[in-house]
Amino acid sequence: MAIDLAQFHQVFFEESFEGLDVMESGLLAIDCNEPVDLEDINTIFRAAHSIKGGSGTFGFHRVSEFTHGLETLLDQMRSGQRQPDQRVVDCLLGSVDCLRTMLEAMQQGDNANDADVARYQAAIDAILDQQNAPVSSAEEPAAHLPPAEAVNSAVESPSSGWRIAFSPRAQLLQRGNDPVRIFRELDELGELEVAPDFIGLPEFGEFDPEICYLSWRLELAGTVDRSALEDVFAWVEDDCDFAIQPLGAAQSCTDVSPQVSPEPSAESEAVAPATDAPPAKDTSDVDVAKVKTVKAKADKPKSAATIRVDTQKIDHLINMVGELVITQSMLGMLGENFTLDKLDALQNGLAQLERHTRELQESVMSVRMMPISFVFGRFPRLVHDLSAQLGKKIELKLIGEQTEVDKTVVELIADPLVHLVRNSLDHGIETSVERVNAGKSETGQLILEAYQRSGQIIIEVKDDGRGLNADKLRAKAIEKNLIDPQQQLTQQQIYELIFAPGFSTAEALTDISGRGVGMDVVRRNIQSLGGSIHIDSEQGQGTRIAIHLPLTLAILDGQSVAVGHETYIIPLNAIIESINVDDSKLNRVAGVGETFKLREEYLPIVRLQRVFAISGAKASKLSEGLVVVVEGPEGRCGLFVDDLLGQQQVVIKSLDANYRPVEGISGATILGDGSVALILDIPGLLRLSVREQYG
Amino acid sequence: MADTIQLLSFSLANEQYAVNILNVQEIRSLEPVTRIPNAPVHEKGVLNLRGVIVPIIDLREKFSLPRLTYNALTVVVVLQCQLQDTHRVMGMIVDSVSDVVDVDSALIQKTPGFGDKVNTDYIKGLASSDEHMLMLLDVEKLMNLNPIEEQTGFNENRAHGTGGQS
Repeated sequence: MAIDLAQFHQVFFEESFEGLDVMESGLLAIDCNEPVDLEDINTIFRAAHSIKGGSGTFGFHRVSEFTHGLETLLDQMRSGQRQPDQRVVDCLLGSVDCLRTMLEAMQQGDNANDADVARYQAAIDAILDQQNAPVSSAEEPAAHLPPAEAVNSAVESPSSGWRIAFSPRAQLLQRGNDPVRIFRELDELGELEVAPDFIGLPEFGEFDPEICYLSWRLELAGTVDRSALEDVFAWVEDDCDFAIQPLGAAQSCTDVSPQVSPEPSAESEAVAPATDAPPAKDTSDVDVAKVKTVKAKADKPKSAATIRVDTQKIDHLINMVGELVITQSMLGMLGENFTLDKLDALQNGLAQLERHTRELQESVMSVRMMPISFVFGRFPRLVHDLSAQLGKKIELKLIGEQTEVDKTVVELIADPLVHLVRNSLDHGIETSVERVNAGKSETGQLILEAYQRSGQIIIEVKDDGRGLNADKLRAKAIEKNLIDPQQQLTQQQIYELIFAPGFSTAEALTDISGRGVGMDVVRRNIQSLGGSIHIDSEQGQGTRIAIHLPLTLAILDGQSVAVGHETYIIPLNAIIESINVDDSKLNRVAGVGETFKLREEYLPIVRLQRVFAISGAKASKLSEGLVVVVEGPEGRCGLFVDDLLGQQQVVIKSLDANYRPVEGISGATILGDGSVALILDIPGLLRLSVREQYG
Repeated sequence: MADTIQLLSFSLANEQYAVNILNVQEIRSLEPVTRIPNAPVHEKGVLNLRGVIVPIIDLREKFSLPRLTYNALTVVVVLQCQLQDTHRVMGMIVDSVSDVVDVDSALIQKTPGFGDKVNTDYIKGLASSDEHMLMLLDVEKLMNLNPIEEQTGFNENRAHGTGGQS
């Protein structure tokens, strides 16, 4: 009986990609100047070994051969025969990338490109052969720019389309940008034709998978705003040359390049591994293979459809389902021969059923939540590569990686964050020499931090670099006519200027601090998620950019409280304690403001029933209810409520999706009985209360 | 060839109103709502409609008609529309739902002006069915719970809600 191995391929690929991630993070953890942690090497080795084993089983012999070399090298390191140096680590990292490309190609059913594989294989063999060989030429070919092609436009009359000459610089791929993403965005604007240009291609043997050799000529049909096009390129402005010209009626190619490329499709794949260029269509032009890149990329069966879930959550789900089944069978038995004296048991059973169903619902909702580490995880590599390229010493710190955010946020926040981090590395943090001269430690620090606060998710990008120069920013803004020279602006307002669209032109800020390239796009992306972005900087000390995102769909630990017949949820992280206060401790300030003394501190009292005009509150005297002490933005205060009900995890639902934002309320949630409870927004509530009392 | 549209007609204090049936998501009985603090009186609160938080307004109070006590037969018409590119849902409490009628869209008459005395902001036009006049509601306008437009109602309620205590 033949077993169809193909059904396991997907699993193999997923496992292998996970293995590659493990190898990558392991390799990045190796510090060549310190003794290597054997456990690290072991982890990398095990991952490589699994990939080799799996690929052998499924008949991907190329992969297993390639991995074999890797494994041998790692084995030497593991047994202590070889101390890893930077050269070996870099080669291994490159091999990991190469392996990933191979596997991706196989997943698509394509053949991997041999040149790359052969090159890394050779590099590994070279290392294996010579203990201390000089740097293999194959390893780090100097990033050379492809000749930026000057494109002469054919016809200069305005028309219903644009011709774009897009020549990425070599480092485009290394910076985490993907040309295909740009093409896809362009395709959304209108009908797009993509034609790669192979003029910059080196010999087969010299390919480096991280270098972008290709340039493209794009033709976009349809009436599209020029600014819309420029927006698309805003992310890569630094890393490419591009020229946008209106498409003439006659599409004569005056810029035919003399070089004729023999095998367009195979080569394009070799050069831009991340792009998965599909086979060339019928090529009418001599030098240009017209390719519908966009559609092919969209078919890519990777990630998007799947979601990674913490096994703990799955276990919890299974537990819940188990409980549910038990309750259901118990109820079934009860129903078979029901007599009235079993009514109690029935009611208990139903209550249990209700509880389990609710918990199950909550667990299912939490599956959509993912730790932000899915986004943060890519930064160690990015920082490693970029800092090497920029010749800066940078230490990356990740804090709060386990903060859970919605899947949508994870997907959409990545691009803006990459941009912010790039900016920080590129322009924020100074070179080692500059830092030492400025009296700072040689190594720059970049901190990525995520946490939840008062109903928001906050992601911060902090560096200890040179900071923003407010004077220069102001001068630039005046020059760009963004502000009036007479206008008085606070420091904060000046920093905010970098988000103005006019600031995003390429050379506008590179000589000041560089921030500004595409910052308006960053802000727009974040706003589209319903968030906001704030910037804070001290010249010479560093910059802190905070992204505030709403907790749509996020889960919050809440304390439900009763006031009258109404139930409200107080975020548990805002609560310090709940106490019963005797009326004798009540003091009045100027006859209105109520305060009470808690351990030598006078705290203002906010009566929820008064602020929210709730009728039928049971407690009017302090001793009849409870005071919940909460942490507000300006210190503590006491919320006076009738009673505490219970603690529970609540799924936050937006109130303004169908209604509008309400002051003092951050959102709503659905309680176990199906009714809606409102979640308090403590800072907003306190503002409202101040207005109620004194306004 | 005449364009006919289907309207859902309902009554409110002996007057006949109608909405385009494409704006009607469902009709259900009133369930207990969660009050929104400091909201205008006609915005009764929000309820959970299969996991979506949906605001409920009382159309009588919105149109300054005398209030009616709610009972088990009180009907909520759940409306839906595209508002500023987002899909919105809102429920409105009406006296009773009457019928679905076909109306020739060419025969929908513009709302005549009544001067300042009568607020016809939410009336899109007048249609007739079986000799009855139907007031066709402007659903988009009705569902726009924008705080700026509601400003006056907001203040009135604030005075009403907090007056007793100060």
